[in-house]
Amino acid sequence: AARLSGGENRLVSLPLSRIRVIMKSSPEGSSINQDALFLTAKATELFVQYLASYSYKHGRGKEKNALTYSDLSHTAEECETFQFLADILPKKILASKYLKMLEKEKQDGELGECDEEDDEEEDDDEAVDEAVGS
Amino acid sequence: MAERPEDLNLPNAVITRIIKEALPDGVNISKEARSAISRAASVFVLYATSCANNFAVKGKRKTLNAGDVLSAMEEMEFQRFVAPLKESLEVYRREQKGKKEARKDKDKKADSEEQDKNREEDNDDDDERMEEEEQNDEEEVDN
Repeated sequence: AARLSGGENRLVSLPLSRIRVIMKSSPEGSSINQDALFLTAKATELFVQYLASYSYKHGRGKEKNALTYSDLSHTAEECETFQFLADILPKKILASKYLKMLEKEKQDGELGECDEEDDEEEDDDEAVDEAVGS
Repeated sequence: MAERPEDLNLPNAVITRIIKEALPDGVNISKEARSAISRAASVFVLYATSCANNFAVKGKRKTLNAGDVLSAMEEMEFQRFVAPLKESLEVYRREQKGKKEARKDKDKKADSEEQDKNREEDNDDDDERMEEEEQNDEEEVDN
């Protein structure tokens, strides 16, 4: 349906002005015609809905009645369409686990795509955000 | 124009509402998930813009148009968006046309030919005029 449901009579909920700010921050510096701006805003809404519903359906989380960060990051990793999000939705693992993985990878002789051998994050067992392969 | 970090984010309340519309009733969304989706949406805008720009460049144009955005969606593997987007665009264009005509009538009543500065839809640089229903928080007014 062209109109959004849920009590909103507008054609699009996201503010065009804000979408425009984000588009303009892009380095290309082109102008944006009004229709293109509208379409980008509308596409972003469709994207949010798609990302949310896909992640919820395919989430491996234990919670059936919640959408969690890990559902999203799982989607970014597993689904090709959403892979452009992999860097901003990294999986979260314990630092100790990550270090063990690096060790194993070295032993197996195959390093992942991210040649990250930074051992700086030698904290205690605190959860860290690590982009683990992608 | 200085961009504050928050300007590159989309309003939380709107994002939350859109997410809720997509999920079954009663499903909770963690704050972290909501914030992650919001960031993802901003990245999506940038990615779409960059992609659309490639099409504009191919067409030797300096302004992104509707076709560029639709082509970008296909390129980005979001073909499923194309049909609903085209539908929405039709409605949007009709609304915009209606507004223009309403303004034209108003101007005619004010009885001045010079006030008819309304541009056609096909004009390249519509950046100066933001036809939004909600309040404009534009910092730049190029008019």
